Amino acid sequence: MLSHPDITPEMKQRIDEIIASHKDTPGAVIPVLRMCQDVVGYLPVELIDYISRGLNLPRSDVYGVATFYSLFSLTPRGRHTVRVCLGTACYVKGVKEAMDRIGRTYGIGSGETTDDRRFSLEAVRCLGACGLAPVMMVDQHTYGGIKPDQALEILEKYE
Amino acid sequence: MNQHRLDLMLCGGTGCHASGASEFKEALGAELERQNLDREIRIIETGCNGFCAVGPVMLVQPEGIFYQQLQPGDAEELVEEHFLKGRPVQRLLYKEPASKETIPIMDEIPFFANQMFRAMRNKGQIDPESIDEYIARDGYFGMARAVNELTPEEIIEEVKTSGLRGRGGAGFPAGVKWGFAAKAEGDIKYVLCNADEGDPGAFMDRSILEADPHAVLEGMIIAARAIGASRGYIYCRTEYPLAIDRLSLAIENARNYGLLGEDILGSGFDFDIDIYQGAGAFVCGEETALMRSIEGKRGMPRPRPPFPANKGLWDRPTVLNNVETMANVGQIILNGGEWYASVGTESSKGTKVFAMSGDVNNIGLVEVPMGITLRKMIFDIGGGIPKKRKFKAVQLGGPSGGCVPEKYLDTPVDYEEIAKVGAIMGSGGVIVMDEKTCMVDMARFFMDFIQDESCGKCTPCREGTRRILEILDKIASGHGTPGDIEILEDLCDVIKTSSLCGLGQTAPNPVLSTLRYFREEYDAHVYEKRCPAKRCAALLKFTVDPDKCKKCGMCYKVCPSGAITWQKKEVASIDREKCVQCLACYDACRYDAIE
Ligand SMILES: Cc1cc2nc3c(=O)[nH]c(=O)nc-3n(C[C@H](O)[C@H](O)[C@H](O)COP(=O)(O)O)c2cc1C
Ligand code: FES
Repeated sequence: MLSHPDITPEMKQRIDEIIASHKDTPGAVIPVLRMCQDVVGYLPVELIDYISRGLNLPRSDVYGVATFYSLFSLTPRGRHTVRVCLGTACYVKGVKEAMDRIGRTYGIGSGETTDDRRFSLEAVRCLGACGLAPVMMVDQHTYGGIKPDQALEILEKYE
Repeated sequence: MNQHRLDLMLCGGTGCHASGASEFKEALGAELERQNLDREIRIIETGCNGFCAVGPVMLVQPEGIFYQQLQPGDAEELVEEHFLKGRPVQRLLYKEPASKETIPIMDEIPFFANQMFRAMRNKGQIDPESIDEYIARDGYFGMARAVNELTPEEIIEEVKTSGLRGRGGAGFPAGVKWGFAAKAEGDIKYVLCNADEGDPGAFMDRSILEADPHAVLEGMIIAARAIGASRGYIYCRTEYPLAIDRLSLAIENARNYGLLGEDILGSGFDFDIDIYQGAGAFVCGEETALMRSIEGKRGMPRPRPPFPANKGLWDRPTVLNNVETMANVGQIILNGGEWYASVGTESSKGTKVFAMSGDVNNIGLVEVPMGITLRKMIFDIGGGIPKKRKFKAVQLGGPSGGCVPEKYLDTPVDYEEIAKVGAIMGSGGVIVMDEKTCMVDMARFFMDFIQDESCGKCTPCREGTRRILEILDKIASGHGTPGDIEILEDLCDVIKTSSLCGLGQTAPNPVLSTLRYFREEYDAHVYEKRCPAKRCAALLKFTVDPDKCKKCGMCYKVCPSGAITWQKKEVASIDREKCVQCLACYDACRYDAIE
């Protein structure tokens, strides 16, 4: 029922477990989408359909939720997610320059992924680390006080 | 419970983490072990200490000695000199920038000395993962009193007496809100905690959750008791993984201690809490949108009334309060409403936590008594503006707020007084801006944020904010035409009065307040095609003024694209072909020589 090149049989099994355990909980769409995205890396349209059937909800509802929240991505993501903070504190400290340099160097804009799927670039609003502004997060690691040159140096370490 | 000679309270907040606290912790742990001190001295990783600017920081208890900017290489000397021989390591102590005086004791450092800790009373003092340490500092005593000694009416009365107002933005009196929900009819009621913290530039809720999660749980249990709720949710941003971990652990421990769940403390009262993770939408911080999001829908606000106190989550009576609001409740019930209200101004009681950042020396979290002036907060606690630059304005309240210029710096921290000068208290984001900040650019920044986060349900907010952004873009790129500023004013007025929720109703504020105080900057952009603060690249010439250039070469050193030629004792020059307009040279030049 669910076939997609990016979804392995093991992933499918995990997805079925997630759906089964949330089937009867009202309002479970968002947690289910989150967990499924954690399994696959993103939410292909086929997966969204599958989830809507599993939770017995209209497709439009699930699709509507998946597109409303910025956490969810309907396209494949890079191996590393680079989140550059464009929050107020970081903006005042000149994060825009770092963001521009990263974008130019890797040829991607916010919300895009490099062709080799190395990086996905995201502009986020405040990582809650304003004391270190300007701030960038690569996967789970937070880097503070990034100047354009440093940002590029840091990224070089991620393959 | 303390059999240890010394407790080393090492900050494990996000700020110190990113500046290398875990590497230092490892080195220190190894060194203590090597010297066989690990039984008498222990390291406790705390939540955010607040003084993020000088991280990683560590407080040595019970001595109260404060160390800053710790590196793994410092571990050996610290252990050898201080912990063995009792001689604090001078070079790692705080030095007052102006007088160069060394201040070893934390409470005497101006940054801390001018603060008053209530909502953050446990930050950096306890291990946030230990419920015992929370209890040892009178934790859950207020809750015990609430469930065993007070009636719901008495709890509400106590909170009303305290004058506690919502810390999430609007400042609605918490006791009054609880009173409505208590009276509302319904077999099931809910208590929610708003930990969505969307205001970019605010991070106090995160710090409270990471440093003292039980305080939030305690407040929620008391609220639940007051209104008769049986279930609670904490709606937390997904960007705060550490806060979510600590909360989960705190909930589990509280359940094990019989402080949460069925028959709390043998009182017959049942209440349990779950965490609900947000999914990245600013508007979900708005109360009705937040509730729809928990229901699993697109997080869009709905018109009020009915108010959530009557029809909230799943249409049941619901109380929603902010993290900081909740964190104050336990102490209020324990010490009494009058105790809380003994500090503050006529209409704003108690303390408020602010997240101070931007162009200020002591970036970090501060908690101050209401009524303190903005000037005192920025200059005495914040230590003033770095790089010898001049103060220009302070932005309060994030995208719904406004900026306050120099002439109103003596405004006290008070909901009404701040509103009078065109800003809002908001959630407590304080962004200090120096003379190199362009106010048109700042307004553009906030409008970009708002139009991105507008949920799209109502037209004035969806279309109006987009139009404002277009006009600001036009002005910043040098294409402003006479009449633009007037159209901006009209648009702001319409959006303010006709939007559905607080997001749209307050969206024009950053534009209106910059227009109010810095209109001449808008005029300069539109009529003279000039950006006085030199931030709007389209209006800059990228040439060096030979009269002002001191031939120092700073611009040459920072230029990333090799566009600047310079030699010792010669005026620098910029090759426009190679220039990428990154503005690095403008920032580096101390003589304002680049036009
Ligand atoms: C667009 C918008 C975003 C909001 N974001 C937050 C937020 O992130 N955190 C918060 O506590 N309150 C936020 N609020 C305020 C809430 O709607 C609500 O008033 C508050 O959580 C109530 O708690 P309090 O009375 O304790 O402040 C927001 C309001 C609006 C209109
Ligand atoms: S504004 Fe960037 S971390 Fe807060």
